[in-house]
Amino acid sequence: MTGLTRGSARPNQWLRNLNAKIASIPMILTAVVIFLGGTLWTVVYSFTNSKLLPRLSFVGLDQYERLWAAPRWIVSIQNLAIFGFFSLVFSLVIGFVLAALMDQKIRFENTFRTIMLYPFALSFIVTGLVWQWLLNPQYGVQSIIRSLGWESFSFDPLYDADIVIYGILIAALWQGTGLVMCLMLAGLRGIDEDIWKAARVDGIPMWKTYVLIIIPMMRGVIITTLVIIASGIVKVYDLVVAQTSGGPGIASEVPAKYVYDYMFLAQNLGQGFAASTMMLLTVAIIIVPWAYLEFGGGRKRG
Amino acid sequence: MKLRSLAGALAATVALPFGAANATDLEVTHWWTSGGEAAAVAELAKAFDATGNKWVDGAIAGSGGTARPIMISRITGGDPMGATQFNHGRQAEELVEAGLMRDLTDVAEREHWRDIVKPSSLLDSCTIEGKIYCAPVNIHSWQWLWLSNAAFEQAGVAVPKNWDEFVAAAPALEKAGIIPLALGGQPWQAAGAFDVLMVAIAGKDVFEQVFAKKDEDVAAGPEIAKVFKAADDARRMSKGSNVQDWNQATNLVITGKAGGQIMGDWAQGEFQVAGKKAGVDYTCLPGLGVNEVISTGGDAFYFPLLDDEEKSKAQEVLASTLLKPETQVAFNLKKGSLPVRGDVDLAAANDCMRKGLDILAKGNVIQGTDQLLSPDSQKQKEDLFSEFFANPSMTPEDAQKRFAQIIADAD
Repeated sequence: MTGLTRGSARPNQWLRNLNAKIASIPMILTAVVIFLGGTLWTVVYSFTNSKLLPRLSFVGLDQYERLWAAPRWIVSIQNLAIFGFFSLVFSLVIGFVLAALMDQKIRFENTFRTIMLYPFALSFIVTGLVWQWLLNPQYGVQSIIRSLGWESFSFDPLYDADIVIYGILIAALWQGTGLVMCLMLAGLRGIDEDIWKAARVDGIPMWKTYVLIIIPMMRGVIITTLVIIASGIVKVYDLVVAQTSGGPGIASEVPAKYVYDYMFLAQNLGQGFAASTMMLLTVAIIIVPWAYLEFGGGRKRG
Repeated sequence: MKLRSLAGALAATVALPFGAANATDLEVTHWWTSGGEAAAVAELAKAFDATGNKWVDGAIAGSGGTARPIMISRITGGDPMGATQFNHGRQAEELVEAGLMRDLTDVAEREHWRDIVKPSSLLDSCTIEGKIYCAPVNIHSWQWLWLSNAAFEQAGVAVPKNWDEFVAAAPALEKAGIIPLALGGQPWQAAGAFDVLMVAIAGKDVFEQVFAKKDEDVAAGPEIAKVFKAADDARRMSKGSNVQDWNQATNLVITGKAGGQIMGDWAQGEFQVAGKKAGVDYTCLPGLGVNEVISTGGDAFYFPLLDDEEKSKAQEVLASTLLKPETQVAFNLKKGSLPVRGDVDLAAANDCMRKGLDILAKGNVIQGTDQLLSPDSQKQKEDLFSEFFANPSMTPEDAQKRFAQIIADAD
């Protein structure tokens, strides 16, 4: 973009693309004031003893000490870790396998794609309620199988504290894999047909082509998918509220729910802010090194 | 010109409804949405409409836990309603301190609230720095055990007269396929049930030492250990009641699928809506039949500070309507709660409400935990007890240690 001078006068650097700059002012302001400003405000107030209304009386790290001593927060973190790990692995694997199957030039592909993507059109609350009924021992899967003759069949994950988080995971996967599949399918379609032909000529088996050639070539799509899934994991809240409201007991609590409950139900903003700052920190720990590798270091890849 | 006159005409039609009728719309938010509650709130609306104003109903479904954040964010966010329900006590404390709520001292003095409101602790809970900020509408007590007579008949045991008999009857109920104790999954129900057990088993003095004086040594002591033992029994008995909301749990008792439920007297409204008769279809034991003491928490209306003068006037009318004897009777009969004034005649009161009124007259009352503890401590307590009641592997000793810690940290 050099040497695009109009007339003889050297144009001011700041005035170049003036229209575009003016047009982006609202978005820049939004980003700086709302996102960055709000984040900083939250972090600052997490060091205060704000109750129902924010007030600036600093108490140091008290809120954080209390947070990490609270059994409910620990359970929330463990749940998030289990939920995060499995939903990342399963939605990627299932999504990719579905996409690969879909890519075999099957009939009615559009129909299948629509069916798979349909759950994604539902809100988490609806998904949660549907699965709450499906997994309810009195109305759902368990009662249907029992009415077919297996009297001893027992399947009530939402009422068993040890496995309740997997009951939530099932609903999350049901909703989320369709989108992953579509993204992956788009990635697969973006791969040049010639590569497949070349692989076939060389006699490379199909699974090997996928694992060694196609997947590495889909790096961009996979990273996009990862970011979408990961952000969905950290903010999981409505699904839990709709399915179990954190129960039985506190067995399916998640961090976002802790933040909400302490900010609004317990009227303890400081505690809620401390918890949300910890969530931000978790995300930062994962995102920053990755972003550095991906965009930093001056080296461009892919 | 034409356009301007058109605009003028339009403005006139908009202004007309306000000018012509002097009725003022007042939006009132509350979380009374179950059958009995909705019937009761309709009585309040009727009484207010009769004064020539208009009650705009702002019911928020999903119990106080869902409704309060919405109410608070509307008040703090600059979109206040005309009036709003809170449990009186400390829930609105900071809103008052921030100057967002209206001072009702004038109305209260004019109508002599000090003399008519009984027990006076209700008005004390509305009073902050000598000024009155809320109008109490009813007294709700937590300390009730509701028993289904049909369930005990089916199990072939007599209807218990106190908690110990109830615990002893549990195996027979279980054998008959009945859940002994219905307990909903919402955290406040587990915490509330524990408070009830505490008054019944450890007594009024211990209750006050723990929650009013916040004495952590008592909270860690042998008296409270007994309460945790009883809570352990309750936990075993409540196994299998896979419901969330309190009225669903009450429904288990109404339909005879569960033996009993520890729940406040608001459960009574549900029995009434279902057409059940106290003493015949169901039995109520205040103080679990052990210690006949009831707490006097309840509901109160708070009035956010408004700029609109008309609406401010309507607020005063509403405040005084709420405490009128007729309103008190009509509302509380439907709600199953007790009136806040001692001088009204509850001729239509049923068996259970009479028991409550007797206890109230004897003065066997304590303050509710909403009045004594901050919402923050309440929430921590809820977290603890919802975990305790759902997780059989948590020992009563561990739970007590955590309970004592919460009391020690309470402000």
